[in-house]
Amino acid sequence: MFDFGIVTNWIHTQLTSVMPDGLAIFLECLMIGICLLLLYVIIAIIMIYMERKVCAAFQCRLGPTRVGPWGSIQVICDVFKMLTKEIITIRHSDKFLYNLAPYMVILASVMAFACIPISRGMEILDFNVGILFFMAASSIGIVGILLAGWSSNSKYSLIGAMRSGAQMISYELSVGLSILTIVVLTDTMQFSEIVMRQADGWFIFKGHIPAVIAFVIYLIAGNAEVNRGPFDLPEAESELTAGYHTEYSGMHFGLFYVAEFVNLFIISGIAATIFLGGWMPLHIPGWDGFNAVMDWIPGFIWFFAKAFFIVWLLMWIKWTFPRLRIDQILTLEWKYLVPIGLLNLLLMVIVVVFKLHF
Amino acid sequence: MNITLDLIVFAVLALFIVANSILAVTTKRILRAATYLLFVLFGTAGIYFQLNYSFLGAVQLLIYAGGITVLYVFSILLTSSEGDQAEKLKKGKFFAGLIATLAALGICLFVMLKHKFLGQVFEHGELPVKEIGHTLMSMDKYGYVLPFEVISVLLLACIIGGIMIARKR
Repeated sequence: MFDFGIVTNWIHTQLTSVMPDGLAIFLECLMIGICLLLLYVIIAIIMIYMERKVCAAFQCRLGPTRVGPWGSIQVICDVFKMLTKEIITIRHSDKFLYNLAPYMVILASVMAFACIPISRGMEILDFNVGILFFMAASSIGIVGILLAGWSSNSKYSLIGAMRSGAQMISYELSVGLSILTIVVLTDTMQFSEIVMRQADGWFIFKGHIPAVIAFVIYLIAGNAEVNRGPFDLPEAESELTAGYHTEYSGMHFGLFYVAEFVNLFIISGIAATIFLGGWMPLHIPGWDGFNAVMDWIPGFIWFFAKAFFIVWLLMWIKWTFPRLRIDQILTLEWKYLVPIGLLNLLLMVIVVVFKLHF
Repeated sequence: MNITLDLIVFAVLALFIVANSILAVTTKRILRAATYLLFVLFGTAGIYFQLNYSFLGAVQLLIYAGGITVLYVFSILLTSSEGDQAEKLKKGKFFAGLIATLAALGICLFVMLKHKFLGQVFEHGELPVKEIGHTLMSMDKYGYVLPFEVISVLLLACIIGGIMIARKR
């Protein structure tokens, strides 16, 4: 398995040999930041193209076909269209907060995105409290959405933001509980360590029953957390026009749109990391030849394959089920998912204490 | 005194915190004040991360930035109407506030300049989570189990109180 840390160490030694330490670290931070944003944009473009194609497939359509082979350049054209659009300003609104809100959402999304380990040695933020930091970073986005709804000076936006905020705060609980279930199994919160512990089998197999329940809860709650699928009520077109981003245009709307898609990828990436082993290949204890063959496939391919598989699952859910009402959404969370999640946590503790896991 | 990267980062964070704190108390719109408060909390979290205490930094972001500020914004959204602005401060109140601020600044500066700090015992590397967890739940010296339990009782009381107020009769 190729260790990407060799490359980063080489760059670091090369830089420190020609300049002082502080400057080298500053330059490295700058480079990593640029790479992170580039990767963010590329993932967003891939996700939007995938959404249109998958949606079309589930509705027995073809999706974009005209621009480029299989319509693959369509999204890039859309990006340029979005960039050249006028950004409107709203009268009698708080302009500072109105312009700030999309960047808050993007900030939260980029910070959460930086936590995901992509390959061995290729993790940007790798604290030993990584999971706590990930949850902290993703909870900041709610502030951006509430500010957007308030500063638009429109009733549709305000109601949309309130609904969206209530939904995200509620479902954050279930996401946290299902991640905690896996933390109980691993006894670590560091993402790179969590991946390393899955070298002899992914957690969804090692933790059997409680891990599978946690996985299902995580998928439902994660889908609701990013305001998608049957839970995309904050932007229910028929009642609230477009929810909290009704009044936004041009690239400001684009930022919300991009953040929504990348958040979907982040949720899937975290699910892939903590349940399906992240970049760790499929290893079956005892089958040494099989494991050696699997190691030939590079880590980032494993990671992206798993992440996009879960993205595909969530898109399938989105385009299959009808939308829920707001009270049904909150009932589902508080009366069903949270109690099941708490019981499941207890079950996992019992499994770990009596060593019933593999 | 030589200028290192650490020092520059600290200076930037400190300026950010000071500027946003002043903006938070001088702005007239309550939601803007909440936003500036959020930035102050971000800056504080940044200082924790600079000290390599990522646990406290993450908790700062999770509880204050992601929890308390969202609560503030929610309650502002629910209670105050649009275009709500704070009324102009009366002279007496303004001066009382100014004197209190200056007195607090004086006390802080006095204590900090007078106090003999211990030598630097800063260790590089993060604090292991296990150690934090054991300290939080231990009953020995420097254990935090009593405050931990007291806070959970307080939170339980808050939840029951909230339900009592919100319940339909």
